Amino acid sequence: MAGKKLMYGNHAVVEGVIAAGCRFFAGYPITPQNEIPELMSIRMNEIGGVFVQTESEISAINMLFGAAAAGKRAMTSSSSPGISLMQEGISYIAGADMPVLVVNIVRGGPGLGNIAPAQSDYYQATRGGGHGDYFTITLAPHSAQDLYEFPKLAFELAEKYRNPALILADGLLGQMMEPVEFSFKPIDPKSLPEKEWALCGCKGRERRVVRSYDLKAGKLEVLNLRRAEKYAKIKSNEQRFKTKYCNDADLVIVAYGTCSRVADAAVKMARDKGFKVGLLRPITLWPFPMDVLGDMVKKVDNFLVVEMSNGQMIDDVKLATECRSRIYFHGRPGGGVPTPPEIYKRIEEVLGGAR
Amino acid sequence: MTKEIIISGFGGQGIVSSGIILAYAGLIEDKYVTFFPSYGAEMRGGTANCSVVVSGEPVASPIVANPDIVVIMNEPSLTRFEPTIKPGGMLFYNKTLIKSQPQRKDIAVVPIEANVIAEELGQARIANMVMLGAMIKKTKLLSLETLKKAQRKRFVKANDEQLALNDKALEKGYGLL
Repeated sequence: MAGKKLMYGNHAVVEGVIAAGCRFFAGYPITPQNEIPELMSIRMNEIGGVFVQTESEISAINMLFGAAAAGKRAMTSSSSPGISLMQEGISYIAGADMPVLVVNIVRGGPGLGNIAPAQSDYYQATRGGGHGDYFTITLAPHSAQDLYEFPKLAFELAEKYRNPALILADGLLGQMMEPVEFSFKPIDPKSLPEKEWALCGCKGRERRVVRSYDLKAGKLEVLNLRRAEKYAKIKSNEQRFKTKYCNDADLVIVAYGTCSRVADAAVKMARDKGFKVGLLRPITLWPFPMDVLGDMVKKVDNFLVVEMSNGQMIDDVKLATECRSRIYFHGRPGGGVPTPPEIYKRIEEVLGGAR
Repeated sequence: MTKEIIISGFGGQGIVSSGIILAYAGLIEDKYVTFFPSYGAEMRGGTANCSVVVSGEPVASPIVANPDIVVIMNEPSLTRFEPTIKPGGMLFYNKTLIKSQPQRKDIAVVPIEANVIAEELGQARIANMVMLGAMIKKTKLLSLETLKKAQRKRFVKANDEQLALNDKALEKGYGLL
């Protein structure tokens, strides 16, 4: 593993964001993501970027709105309660079709909750989160390597579709250390093409407007219909996932992020005992990988959804499969993290003697 | 070969440092590693633990339910983790601070006078290095030289004197078994 560096997931985010050519960070501290702003404050200073510790999450997200409108790659990070505070701003940014990156290192909720890892912000992340008709592109990393690579992907998708992008991780991924390979050439922000909508001074050209509203009668409906076309395009182009051992499976576990890692170990335990079990790991949570599940349901009789919540992604699995297979659930809400033997036990319960 | 390890003790006993040193050492020896600490509301004197996985293949779960190897630095950690060890696994415990006897008969139990040895060397706080030295000798998990390199990656701001003392503690532990 020559050339790999042992890093906290949270630190991998920072290096990934900088390598993606982002030079603007605004945010407010909250556990379990504090290592992101901490290191960001040092690194942005070293490379001549902007780091702002704002007075609140609300001002952080609105600073992102401004930086993005000026055509720059901009990001913030927070954890669940802080992301809730940002929802108004995210809605405005979606309404103005601006590309930004928001990283949520999810902790237990609702309310202040706790600082343990959780996946209970799935609904918030994949259903828009704030008010109005909109969606945010949502990526689910499951390793420090992903946390390094996904910021670049998130910015690329956000800019391609002019839409906010989220990285939905959790406290475990942020606090865990793993080897990271700096797998791509860092992007020089000056090499990024200028955006034809960016507000950067209109001397010598037509003025441009970035806003999340149009008060002329019927205009908002037109805008939202146009946005619906954009979302349809994202859904058909950008579904990302990984599968393992699914071809002959009697049961497929559907799990993302941390749960996909734990489920992977449980799948190995089950295979060793002769159970035909596979794993489907959604990488994009929005757009959800509906198509692969639509295909799988023709062959797979049982799905087991594993989440660190009371069950949120399971709704998307039901929609994608149209409930044509049996769908089971194993959940650990409120900061609980499942273990491989615990998931294996559920597999045994479901498949019983069917090995 | 995958080895799942839990290290546990009081905050301030170098639990997290021990875990990170093991992870660095695994990486130096070209293995796949994960390190996950109990995090957040930890403080000196509270409990701390971490899970380390060292493997020849990519690590699936960083969450360890049934470890192969457990390194225990204080009494409450023994109560908590002894029952979780895989049959045939190994338990290393700090005999200086732990008065109870481990009960399991289906695992190898290795008592180490870690604090006595550390204090003979001049610093109670290097008891964790004594434990690590003993553990890697008995388990053949990683080499002593690698651990010496790895502690330098963890303690980047330490002076040469401290690093040499840490080496000595690793060697002392290594030489016990």
